[in-house]
Amino acid sequence: MNADVTTSPTKDARFEYVLRLADTSLILGQRLSEWVGHAPALEEDLGFANISLDLIGQARLLLSYAGEIEGRGRSEDTLAFLRDAAEFRNLTLVEQQNGDFGRTVVRQLLASAFQLELYSALQGCADTRLAEIAAKSLKETAYHLRYSAGWVVRLGDGTAASRARVQTALNELWPFTAEMFATDAVDAEMAAALIAPRAAQLQASWLERIDAVLTEATLARPADSVFPWHGKGGVHTEHLGYLLAEMQFLQRAYPGCSW
Amino acid sequence: MSVAASELESTAAGLQAAVWALLATVKDPEIPILSIVDLGIVRYVRAAPGGAVHVGLTPTYSGCPATDIIRRAVEKTLACSGISAARLETVLAPPWTSDWITPAGRLKLQAYGIAPPATAVATPKQLFRVAPIACPRCASSKTRRVSEFGSTPCKAHYLCTACLEPFDYFKCI
Repeated sequence: MNADVTTSPTKDARFEYVLRLADTSLILGQRLSEWVGHAPALEEDLGFANISLDLIGQARLLLSYAGEIEGRGRSEDTLAFLRDAAEFRNLTLVEQQNGDFGRTVVRQLLASAFQLELYSALQGCADTRLAEIAAKSLKETAYHLRYSAGWVVRLGDGTAASRARVQTALNELWPFTAEMFATDAVDAEMAAALIAPRAAQLQASWLERIDAVLTEATLARPADSVFPWHGKGGVHTEHLGYLLAEMQFLQRAYPGCSW
Repeated sequence: MSVAASELESTAAGLQAAVWALLATVKDPEIPILSIVDLGIVRYVRAAPGGAVHVGLTPTYSGCPATDIIRRAVEKTLACSGISAARLETVLAPPWTSDWITPAGRLKLQAYGIAPPATAVATPKQLFRVAPIACPRCASSKTRRVSEFGSTPCKAHYLCTACLEPFDYFKCI
């Protein structure tokens, strides 16, 4: 670590960066919870519910921290329930609809592999609180990855029908992964402060992990394409609004309600 | 020479021991045969006579719904014993590991029909090496995983192919 080149990030950049991590976990957790009571088997129902619970737990830790950085008295609940779509900073990938079971596990694989690499890097970062949250989340994420990778292999290397479904899901979701490694001003500022990992390094290890799973699953990795969305900058697909309408219903209908 | 209980509690060490003993009566709401001390989630007790009692608690999983219930149970248990000025502090680092379940806790799990966790997960990669889990009823290692996630985030669902009994396995993390 060279003190000469290390910069201190502005409060705004720190808030934005932590909010991106928090919202990505929160929205993915909310999406997965839609499966509760509907999954194809009881075991998978429990699997999605438990992964969802872990993600929402991680989001609570991160949202509380974001609120403290911001210093305007916003709590985890205020941030989760009293913001509209344009104020959310999650990756566009995680707000995409569940589709069938295969599509959900493909999205989970792409997201969990990303979180695993990101948290691995963040657990040794210059921001102590973020490093602590990352170290805790990392252990849970390893289980999410094992679960989703296991299903992608089973379905990909399964029947012609299951293979076709997960390949289609992969083709449709792949363009959204570009956003994970697209560096903007916030990412650059946090990387300069030795908090965020460099995108290129993150992408290489993520791709290696994903390629290993896709090979075992006999699936073809789609070609990269231009990515027109910027969820972490607040530009979302239309799906996020519907998700928030359900997630925030109670606070919108009965402001300040608690129990 | 015997020391009266009140005299014992008037020293810092005595008060701390008394608080630890009280915490050992607080049960995990999901696995009530285990106390929170068995689980290894009480990270420290700091106490001085006449001062505040500080208790460090760490969550097992980030989203464990039992965390808030446990906090309330600890507050109530201490308050009922006259320790009302307890400060509960959440400790995140180092993150909780199933290695912190005490030897007594592991025996209780086994007797309850839950296979205790394999030890030491130093890196997430170790999770991908599959080690055989012994059936808590017949001790056979001929078991298979039915589901990665069980009735709670901390457990997986297994089946013993020797005695045909299903069982929970407390995951190592």
